[in-house]
Amino acid sequence: MTGIINYGAGNIHSVQSAVNFCGEKSFVIQNPDDLKKADRLILPGVGSFADGMKNLRVSRMIEPLLEMIKNGKPFLGICLGLQLLFSHSEEGDCEGLGLIKGNVKRFSFEDTSLRIPHMGWNCIRITDHTEPLFNGISDNQYFYFAHSYYPEPSDSSVTVGTTLYGTEFPSAIKKENLVGVQFHPEKSGEYGIRFVKNFLEGKWLR
Amino acid sequence: MVAIRIIPCLDVKDGRVVKGVHFENIVEAGDPVEHADFYSRENADELVFLDISATIEGRKTMVDVVKKVSEVVFIPMTVGGGIKSLQDIEDILKAGADKISINTSAVKTPDLIKEGSKKFGSQCIVVAIDAKKTAENQWEVYIESGKTPTGIDAVEWAKKVEGLGAGEILLTSIDMDGTQKGYDVPLTRKVSDSVRLPVIASGGAGTLEHLSEVIKEGRASAVLLASLLHFRKYTIAQIKDYIKKVGIEVR
Repeated sequence: MTGIINYGAGNIHSVQSAVNFCGEKSFVIQNPDDLKKADRLILPGVGSFADGMKNLRVSRMIEPLLEMIKNGKPFLGICLGLQLLFSHSEEGDCEGLGLIKGNVKRFSFEDTSLRIPHMGWNCIRITDHTEPLFNGISDNQYFYFAHSYYPEPSDSSVTVGTTLYGTEFPSAIKKENLVGVQFHPEKSGEYGIRFVKNFLEGKWLR
Repeated sequence: MVAIRIIPCLDVKDGRVVKGVHFENIVEAGDPVEHADFYSRENADELVFLDISATIEGRKTMVDVVKKVSEVVFIPMTVGGGIKSLQDIEDILKAGADKISINTSAVKTPDLIKEGSKKFGSQCIVVAIDAKKTAENQWEVYIESGKTPTGIDAVEWAKKVEGLGAGEILLTSIDMDGTQKGYDVPLTRKVSDSVRLPVIASGGAGTLEHLSEVIKEGRASAVLLASLLHFRKYTIAQIKDYIKKVGIEVR
């Protein structure tokens, strides 16, 4: 069963609908004890980085979550849920969960035709074509984005997909049992659903 | 790079899709889930639901509409109409919408933009601006479905909402809306050049050329379409084929 973490900052219903649409059972995690009941975890998230961390802290999720992840539970972070995995964000100059070393940075462009937020459908360039997370998804397929900040891992080997928006940034990341995506698979049509399915199937865990 | 978005707009009243021309005449048209599913299959990039219910009960129905749609349709969804408080925003987002759009309440209580973007993120706060031309290169903001003038300059208002934390501007020309004679391109251009936010152009689309015009000359990031699509004048595929041909990126 897939647990979707509710820490007051996520579009829980859409993510849960996408998981259910894949034919997988899901439930919403409301308190730290529920974390144990899940076979895998999804951390959705919209809103600001600082609020996200604060909400996780107030819900007393941080320590049990770190422990679950350390013990190998498959984890998917979406949008802010990806960014929170990092050591630090420029947004509110705030420390994150520190599971992936690196920074979350704000887009900054001279070219005014590049709007901020980065909003809409953009391509994913798959960096490793054998990556099971992209099974059935061709290179440069469009996914939906809505963000003003992007992740910059210290170790680029965690990047499995990139996207070009003024700069080429990592839009999909994988490190051991952790997956993080800057796009919204739950809002990216049939290929988004395919990505969720690939995550749930777990072949990417090797 | 990011693709130009084609966004069908569905007017909803008491849980049913209706169609508005010139903001006022309304004709019954159908089930929101069917409409959303239809446009998603047609490759729409996003959907906008505009709730035009006049009653509190009608508005409550909107939350159920959003819930039902988001269970079967997996593209971004914006909901506007009658949103007045942080609680309203939360209810709609929790039901599965990605963004909310505020118009009258943004003008009356600009703090809603600030508080809303702080709590839920800028990316989900769309400010809808209905603008009417008052002189050459000058437009005034109207509220209450385009009925009430505010004395506020549309371009200045756009800059202000950006500062308050809005994530996107949905810009409608009251003069052109429902005419099918083309967008107010100078208005769209002026607003687009005054902010860094994506601008969705709305009001006046009648031909494919109108769309490429407002994207290229008006610098719109997206176009909102109603009658052009609802009456099947063009399919989304025809629109995308055309604007791709003239060198605009589409999905």
